[in-house]
Amino acid sequence: MVTKTGPSSAKLGSFAWDDPLLLDDQLTEDERMIRDAARAYCQDHLLPRVVEANRYEVFHREIMNEMGELGFLGSTIEGYGCAGVNYVSYGLVAREVERVDSGYRSAMSVQSSLVMHPIHAYGSEAQREKYLPKLATGEWVGCFGLTEPDAGSDPAGMKTRARSADGGYILTGSKMWITNAPISDVFVVWAKNDAGRINGFVLEKGMKGLSAPKIEGKFSLRASITGEIVMDEVFVPEENRLPNADGLSGPFGCLNRARYGIAWGAMGAAEFCFHQARQYQLDRKQFGRPLAANQIPQLKLANMETEIALGLQAALRVGRLMDEGRAAPEMISLIKRNNCGKALDIARVARDMHGGNGIADEFHVIRHAMNLEAVNTYEGTHDVHALILGRAITGLQAFAP
Amino acid sequence: MKILVPVKRVVDYNVKIRVKADGTGVETASVKFSMNPFDEIAVEEAVRLKEAGKATEVVVVSLGPSAAQETLRTALAMGADRAILVQTDAEVQPLAVAKVLKALVDKEQPRIALLGKQAIDDDCNQTGQMLAALLGWPQGTFASKVAVGDDALTVTREIDGGLETIELTLPAVVTADLRLNEPRYASLPNIMKAKKKPFETLTPGSLGVDVTPRLTTLKVVEPPRRKAGVKVADVAALVDKLKNDARVI
Amino acid sequence: MTSSNGAILVLADHDNATLKPATLNAVAAASRIGSDIHVLVAGKGARAVADTAAEVAGVTRVLLADAAEYEHRLPEPVAALVLSLVPAYGHVLAAATSEGKNVMPRVAALLDVAQISDITGIVSADTFERPVYAGNAIATVQSRDPVKIITVRATAFEAAAATGGAAAVESVAAAGGGGLSKLLGQELTKSERPELTQARVVVSGGRGMQSGENFTLLEALADKLGAAVGASRAAVDAGFVPNDYQVGQTGKIVAPELYIAVGISGAIQHLAGMKDSKVIVAINKDEEAPIFQVADYGLVADLFKAVPELVAAL
Repeated sequence: MVTKTGPSSAKLGSFAWDDPLLLDDQLTEDERMIRDAARAYCQDHLLPRVVEANRYEVFHREIMNEMGELGFLGSTIEGYGCAGVNYVSYGLVAREVERVDSGYRSAMSVQSSLVMHPIHAYGSEAQREKYLPKLATGEWVGCFGLTEPDAGSDPAGMKTRARSADGGYILTGSKMWITNAPISDVFVVWAKNDAGRINGFVLEKGMKGLSAPKIEGKFSLRASITGEIVMDEVFVPEENRLPNADGLSGPFGCLNRARYGIAWGAMGAAEFCFHQARQYQLDRKQFGRPLAANQIPQLKLANMETEIALGLQAALRVGRLMDEGRAAPEMISLIKRNNCGKALDIARVARDMHGGNGIADEFHVIRHAMNLEAVNTYEGTHDVHALILGRAITGLQAFAP
Repeated sequence: MKILVPVKRVVDYNVKIRVKADGTGVETASVKFSMNPFDEIAVEEAVRLKEAGKATEVVVVSLGPSAAQETLRTALAMGADRAILVQTDAEVQPLAVAKVLKALVDKEQPRIALLGKQAIDDDCNQTGQMLAALLGWPQGTFASKVAVGDDALTVTREIDGGLETIELTLPAVVTADLRLNEPRYASLPNIMKAKKKPFETLTPGSLGVDVTPRLTTLKVVEPPRRKAGVKVADVAALVDKLKNDARVI
Repeated sequence: MTSSNGAILVLADHDNATLKPATLNAVAAASRIGSDIHVLVAGKGARAVADTAAEVAGVTRVLLADAAEYEHRLPEPVAALVLSLVPAYGHVLAAATSEGKNVMPRVAALLDVAQISDITGIVSADTFERPVYAGNAIATVQSRDPVKIITVRATAFEAAAATGGAAAVESVAAAGGGGLSKLLGQELTKSERPELTQARVVVSGGRGMQSGENFTLLEALADKLGAAVGASRAAVDAGFVPNDYQVGQTGKIVAPELYIAVGISGAIQHLAGMKDSKVIVAINKDEEAPIFQVADYGLVADLFKAVPELVAAL
């Protein structure tokens, strides 16, 4: 009689529908604590405000202060009043915030990855000292100006110019779809200099010629405020130029970090929709039994569970690689594209599974579905990320003829 | 003045518990655990007393498995100064916990032991009272307000039908009720700082305490299912049902 | 120190003037364990309480400890008193009221025995049922200790009859233990309604209330029951009451002992906020309303007639 050893004798464990691949076990103690603290805050303090915020298109400005107090803003930065957590923790926070609303996560991502990160990575020590502590507490709100009315997926085609002038630059141009812009104190704006190189500038509210009108009629991310940045001969002193950014790698360095957070965040929204759909299907009884007792709902739920489990594993893997300094931008494209696309599908199906109630905002799924339309589009559309991967796979770029 | 705050790791209050099929307990595998909510309130109160200059040190302690370390770290992230884990994988019941805590009080000499009024898993509501008895200290249970003086403590208590305010000589035991405060969330910077705070691990044996359970759990079952509802004919019938069948009024 | 003994001691809950009803439930529980039931009244000027206790069916003796130190039934002296009497008893019970919960664990620890909290069932003299995890599971526990210290969930035992007994009242000596705490004041807030999520009883109104003014009907009912007043999303959206009244998925989640839904149809999002209530009553004139599917007791009636009738009947 031979006793089996090794893998073939492996015992089987139990299954948790809400954590199918035991992600919880893959996190460190700190990471779990951060996740739990973020979840508690978001469920207790963001969720109760979001229906009104979305319905009436209000951004509760104090949310930035609350997030600042909890250390959510610029959380990966060491010093300057920031927490100095790893990228996995940053992703876990994004997931919890977006479990409530993609708009809130957008406000946080922009402040952290697109405003504080470039100031930290490309700024002078004086710039860091001046801006980071106030951005970390949420006393100041920042925005990031790259996209233009005629330059979206092709940022190199931007028209905004920074002409050299005595002691600084004169900036002229306009930026479109800018999260936080109308309430911003600090504007990180990308513009081409006299040599045609893309440079970064930190503009401040009140500079002459600078305005940030709100974009009206938005049916996505209504709980976060979006605007334009209009620059009409704005004088920006030399000390407000980010000295260590030259070319598109500057804004792309920011976007990589933001996109990584979005990949986690989208899964948070998807998980919410999945949980909500599951509960609704269990509670709602038609023809004398729960909807969940039918095969088609079960298939839909199984699909949701699978995509979320895989998407979270991928996000965690890329997070670990970021923390090791080994993450490639293409990896981020892969998870941003996949997780946003899958989250949008899940939200649409969850909306459908709520029947008529699914269009009422108090059930939340229609809001997530509307939000994820933007999330799937911004920071590199689903298709553009496919081209980034396509270029990496084939060695041939397909962006331009 | 030092404050000792015991905390318990329990199944998270959001988890819908499931009774094991074999009737030996509830399912705890792959279930989220967190700090007992009443203990969170106790930690918050102690930290506030420290922030107000009334206390000098907040020591948190937990009796339980190594995973309870995470619960203690959470308390440190909320602002406690140091932590003691009395590690055991055995089932611990309130009397045993109170004995371990007494040994720690003898060692640490706090002036106040501040506990949650009950744990949301066993729902016993005993440990604070037992600790006070073993120490010969007065107790202020179910506190909704605490004011610290030099030699005395004023505690407003939630009692059936209202509130009462008592004065306790120090040292004393206080147990926290829901309305005492609203606990803060651990912030990310404080979670990072908590890693560097002192953390000591002991065992019940090293404290000379026998934690053998006194009560044997014979079985755990699901509560009776909601009976199919009935329609009542009129208000009189309704009142009769509520008084005599349901006995809720 | 202790001996296993047939007699059972029940600690009376009272305010020096009247015996609290929960004591009768504790006596009822005691009578399921044995027949020699003694009631301890610790108080000051509490003779009337002792006399009331002596009339309770099943009570064989009443022990009256009448002394200044028991006036406010502070736990330190009361525990010392119970401790001094314990050698004669195999079981000591108290209702799981705020007083019982305060004193009994102190007694247990002084005896070096476990307490069995909040029992809802008695299997045998040493084996009891008690809810755990907020009542989501029921544990059966056995005590090996020589004396069983028990608190009793009053609602689980039908009260003993208040009359029919003729026990002797005898005085017992005070046992010290005071001086560590003192009462500064009490604030009994019976008129103020409890907070929604903590209330034992919740009375909620829906769109069927027709206006905010009509909520006064529910307030009258709530005052009778010591209940909190809640509302459905529909009633909040219609502007009848403020948002903090809202019970439901996006409002407050409540699980009181008794939930009375008045003029509420029972939308799924409302049910999510109250379906864990112990007893649900629905009053609605539409007999097809989904609320009746979760109600223990449904009354198909016009609420504007039924609610005032109910207030009058309570």
